[in-house]
Amino acid sequence: MLIERYIYLAIALFCIGIVGVLARRNAIIIFMCIELMLNAVNLLLVAFSKMHHVAGVAKSASAGIDGQLFVFFIMVVAAAEVSVGLAIIVMMYRNTHSVDVNFLNRLKH
Amino acid sequence: MNAIVISAVLGVVMMFCGVFTNSKTAVRTVAIIGLLGLVVSNVLDMGGYHFFEKVNVRGMLSFDIIGLLFNTIAFGSTWIYFLLSGRDMERVGVNLAEYFALIFFVLCGIAIVSSFNSLLMLFLGIEIISIPLYILTGSDKRNLKSNEAALKYFLMGSFSTGIMLMGITLIYGVKGSFDMEVIRQGTLNLTPMIAAGLLLLLFAMSFKVSAVPFHFWTPDAYDGAPTVFTSFMATIVKVAGFIAFIRLFEGCFGDVKGQWQLLAAIITAATLFIGNITAVFQQSVKRMLSYSSIAQAGFMLFALVAMNNMAKEGMIFYAAAYSLATIGIFAVLLKMKDYTFEGFNGLAKRQPVLAATNTVFLLSLAGIPATAGFWAKFYMLSAAVEDGNVLWLVIVGVLCAAISVYYYFRVIQAMYFKDGDPQEIETSRSFKGLLIVIAAVVILLGIFPHWLLNQLYSFFYL
Repeated sequence: MLIERYIYLAIALFCIGIVGVLARRNAIIIFMCIELMLNAVNLLLVAFSKMHHVAGVAKSASAGIDGQLFVFFIMVVAAAEVSVGLAIIVMMYRNTHSVDVNFLNRLKH
Repeated sequence: MNAIVISAVLGVVMMFCGVFTNSKTAVRTVAIIGLLGLVVSNVLDMGGYHFFEKVNVRGMLSFDIIGLLFNTIAFGSTWIYFLLSGRDMERVGVNLAEYFALIFFVLCGIAIVSSFNSLLMLFLGIEIISIPLYILTGSDKRNLKSNEAALKYFLMGSFSTGIMLMGITLIYGVKGSFDMEVIRQGTLNLTPMIAAGLLLLLFAMSFKVSAVPFHFWTPDAYDGAPTVFTSFMATIVKVAGFIAFIRLFEGCFGDVKGQWQLLAAIITAATLFIGNITAVFQQSVKRMLSYSSIAQAGFMLFALVAMNNMAKEGMIFYAAAYSLATIGIFAVLLKMKDYTFEGFNGLAKRQPVLAATNTVFLLSLAGIPATAGFWAKFYMLSAAVEDGNVLWLVIVGVLCAAISVYYYFRVIQAMYFKDGDPQEIETSRSFKGLLIVIAAVVILLGIFPHWLLNQLYSFFYL
């Protein structure tokens, strides 16, 4: 497979995520879009990792391995973020009975 | 390395402390003593005593004198912050030990971002700083403003993390490594993919340090968070973001500076301009301080634009001057019940010590001569002059510093020249004494800046 196709796919997923964060008003959906952005990055990292591995395997057997290592760190951090983020959204829901971010305008005045 | 390990261990110790004792005084004492130990161990690290020399970091971290010096300043300011505002944390909620534990974890992240040498460590450091801060922002659970601030900060923070990760990935795709030296080598002109990675990293880091046009979350998050934690977020954490920013761009893209310098200069000018102009129109001192932190961020961005030795030393000096003054102002603000400008009316008559020290801090932030803030701004502007490419930015900086005098002096005017209703403020003698000490340090740094810097440098190169 050509690496360009992976790049196009990852960029497309990433852009869907960005548009979702900017356009949607439901906190849970915004959160899912952020996860989509992170997973687009994961996909691209694995593709690049494979590409660098094929290019450098003659020199060292572990060429390009650090890209896949990074993916595991992103997963761990994303899980930590989910645990904090969902707690914040639940706290919000208990006080306002809504997860709509349009309600969040008390700080403007 | 000392700082990273010990701050993480101290965070766990504080969590256990909350299990074993209910006494708030005991928890606070453990935190203050532990942080003092952290400062001492970091100073020993600067002096050549490495406790964890056998740990192999595989080139992912590298400890240089600027980073260690910055750690010392960040931990020292946090120590002063604990002494001044530790009591006020009790009023936020019952989980006092956990708040201290989270702050120690943030300090661990700060120690990582001041010494990273691989983009993986940059990402981990930024996240270790951010995630505890989301919790601290929302720690006032019943308060809707605190909830709202936490949600906004969280969504914007993780959004910018996603952008940063995409930037890192694109650079990895071209270079095949996360190591900053490998990335720097051979990057003599920008190919489309490196340019895209650079732009995404620039945007993401601008988010983290709240540079215009990515600043919109800052006033809301700082205003809604419990004031005692706003003080920490707006000073130490913000300055740590700048250290990471400068380290990243110098380490990875230092050789192609000519190609992104203009963009950085435009962001700097916009940050200065919008931060200062919006701060003028605020009615609440807390919100004014959060816009003022954007404006001060504009001055710290000068170090990114100029990026020479003077800029890096000036950045360290700016970190100390800005953190000390802002922590002092927030400590006074925490004692007030009314956060509007009118709340400060007539403070000088009832609390002369608080008013006088607050005046020193405000003068320092405004950059009046004979205070530390003057030299901090002076170093930043002269670094830009030395660079020579962005002289128009220096003019913008001076004009904006003049604007900032207006809103800082509004508080001083309210304290000294207006009569107000008596407002009950209880302060202890040690609190006042500590404020006087900080004000004295701010003035001493303003009168003998070279002397102090030379002392520090002679200490390092024993």
